[in-house]
Amino acid sequence: MTDLLALRGLTKAYPGVVANDDVSLAIAPGEIHALLGENGAGKSTLVKMIYGLVKPDAGQMEMQGSTFAPSDPRAARGAGVGMVFQHFSLFDALSVAENIALGMETPPPMRTLAARILEVSDTYGLPLSPDRTVGDLSAGERQRVEIIRCLLQDPKLLIMDEPTSVLTPQEVEILFETLRKLSAEGTAILYISHKLEEIRALCDAATILRGGKVVGTCVPRDTSARDMAELMVGSTLTTPKASSHSTGDVALAVTGLSAASPSAFGMALRDVTFDVHVGEVLGIGGVAGNGQDELLAVLSGELAAGPGMVAFQGRDMHGIGPEARRGLGVLSAPEERLGHAAAPNMSLTENAMLTGAAREGLARRGLLDWAKTRAFAQRIISDFDVRTPGPENAARSLSGGNLQKFVIGREVLQKPDVLVVNQPTWGVDAAAAAAIRQALLDLAAGGAAVVVISQDLDELMEISDRFAALNEGQLSAPRPTAGLDVEQIGLMLGGAHGMEVAHV
Amino acid sequence: MDLSAINPILLIAAMIAAATPILLAAIGELVVERAGVLNLGVEGMMITGAVCGFIITVNTGSPTIGFIAAAVGGAVLSLLFAFLTQVALANQVASGLALTLFGLGLSALMGQSYVGIKPPRTETTPLGPLADIPVIGPIVFGHDLIVYLGLAIVAATWAVLTFTRVGLVLRAVGENHDAAHALGYKVKRIRTLAILFGGACAGLGGAYISLIRVPQWTEGMTAGVGWIALALVVFASWKPWRVLLGAYLFGGITQLQLNLQGAGVAIPVEYLAMSPYVVTIIVLVILSADKSRAPGSLGRTFHASG
Repeated sequence: MTDLLALRGLTKAYPGVVANDDVSLAIAPGEIHALLGENGAGKSTLVKMIYGLVKPDAGQMEMQGSTFAPSDPRAARGAGVGMVFQHFSLFDALSVAENIALGMETPPPMRTLAARILEVSDTYGLPLSPDRTVGDLSAGERQRVEIIRCLLQDPKLLIMDEPTSVLTPQEVEILFETLRKLSAEGTAILYISHKLEEIRALCDAATILRGGKVVGTCVPRDTSARDMAELMVGSTLTTPKASSHSTGDVALAVTGLSAASPSAFGMALRDVTFDVHVGEVLGIGGVAGNGQDELLAVLSGELAAGPGMVAFQGRDMHGIGPEARRGLGVLSAPEERLGHAAAPNMSLTENAMLTGAAREGLARRGLLDWAKTRAFAQRIISDFDVRTPGPENAARSLSGGNLQKFVIGREVLQKPDVLVVNQPTWGVDAAAAAAIRQALLDLAAGGAAVVVISQDLDELMEISDRFAALNEGQLSAPRPTAGLDVEQIGLMLGGAHGMEVAHV
Repeated sequence: MDLSAINPILLIAAMIAAATPILLAAIGELVVERAGVLNLGVEGMMITGAVCGFIITVNTGSPTIGFIAAAVGGAVLSLLFAFLTQVALANQVASGLALTLFGLGLSALMGQSYVGIKPPRTETTPLGPLADIPVIGPIVFGHDLIVYLGLAIVAATWAVLTFTRVGLVLRAVGENHDAAHALGYKVKRIRTLAILFGGACAGLGGAYISLIRVPQWTEGMTAGVGWIALALVVFASWKPWRVLLGAYLFGGITQLQLNLQGAGVAIPVEYLAMSPYVVTIIVLVILSADKSRAPGSLGRTFHASG
């Protein structure tokens, strides 16, 4: 069978960086082809060239044997390329049908379009109502809008840029069913991800990019996730290793903690009790939205709890705010990187100042010591391999994984006595995730107490000494991780619906 | 006090005429803002239109050519704003304020030798026997062409925004310019065209003041109407028919309070003078209690990346 799309020697350079260097790949009709790579490996640039958003500096593209050089996305769509973006390109204030009409070259009248949307959503098992306003939809539903927008134009090639990063496990299943159906009908799919198990479950072939170059191809079904990860990273992956350490006194004790959620959609904490010892990593599992954010807020001091509920080194933390807690040695890294853990428009140096001021002595008598702060930011960048031109760059300019390394690194380097982190490796590629986990283990080995809140059970099994499950605002009794099996964890999670055990 | 001095038929006709400059400027600005651009230069474009229309009308003797010149004048000035914000990526608020100051100065310079001249009269639209219908005739059919043009622009703007693809693309660009760009729409081109439309409408509105309402040329004669138009767009929740309602309400009450002042009503002049603002704000605030909101990208600078 001839290739549907063939890329030969594509090269694209930006000032200071070669995003794609002599990239070649071929996709057959109906093939699900994975494009793998770490953050910044050049995956997005490559698909932008196929979709006509970026023009290559050198190299050719061929579509069904004839030259393909789209000057803009319209031309690409006209040639049968559809793309579902990582950050959805949707208009909140417009209806589903209007959003879909905008992505089509010659949309039919609204009434016909609505009927076709219903028809396609039915065929592919993607329930969606054409009249709803997109702003009211969930992440999964928004993605359906994008997919249906592409499908209505009968694409020959569908590009999906990290489609599962915002989906629940059930939504991922629905998506995979749809993609398999499409592939069976002859639509080729270029699937970008760094979730290796997903790729093994779904894709027929994979091209691996590193530093803008193709470093390998493989058949994902016959290749282990570990081998693919090593190709991506370019070095042997080291599984985080806990050095043997003994646990000491209770560092943080939480007793009968109950707190209402500040958000209307939040979950109140109910009678949460646990303690963390010096040198210990406590893992708290459960699906997000079960009180995870509230628990972190209470421990960091953002959310007030009653007297006697939270004690640090035997001292009641009631009435002590976040900044004072940082001074005492209780640090935290919240889940939301942009907006909560970091101020998006401020530079890395300024962000380093924001939480590091007290413990690192960056401010004296109200005056800021910028030289020292810059050195601190620089230290985070080098110690945690944060890829950025320098500390003067704005936080929002970093990719998600790099910013996460910065946010975690900023807290770890302040040598906390207690560190609470929420989803420390969410959206982070394998190598960076391993580095973050190792840093947390090293911190515990150095005598800190670490609380890791995460949805990723494998991560918790890997690094925690004890494990507890947070479900509907209630925490199960912590149990030692060693010897816990999947069934026991399932029991602990109790009614935690949809929690997929060992999904990655 | 002598309320019998007020002729209700003439009053209503005058109310409609009083509302027209605000209506024209506001509907133009509505289109600009729906495309995601905040142009605070409405006042400057109006006064430039006013002086351009006045000069050309006096020199050619034709108000029609004058109004066309006014629209062109407003559009040319708005092109400066389009260049600053869409090409040079300057801040929209600062550029808009600069445009107003520049327009006021430029118009004063251009109009120096036209102060005190009376322009040729703009004829009312010859609607034949319709204008002779009692009561309805003078109120509805006794106006000049620009009044009807203003209404037509409102209706057309509504229809285009609601029913056509061009309107959908314009709203999409205003709602989320990054997404519109990703879909391949020319954000800057669409915005520049919207800005030009806004400038032309503001120019027409300005010329309506200098050629019909007053009619003569005085420096700074638009006297804040552009700012009222800007506020009206927000209070009207970016909806064309509400802009019409707001403009008629404001223009109408302005006219009414002038008549009441003339009739010597025993209410302090200051209260009468503030009444149009108060009533318009109250009505439109009540109307805007629904969940409609500003276009998502309003006032944000678009910079294509990648």
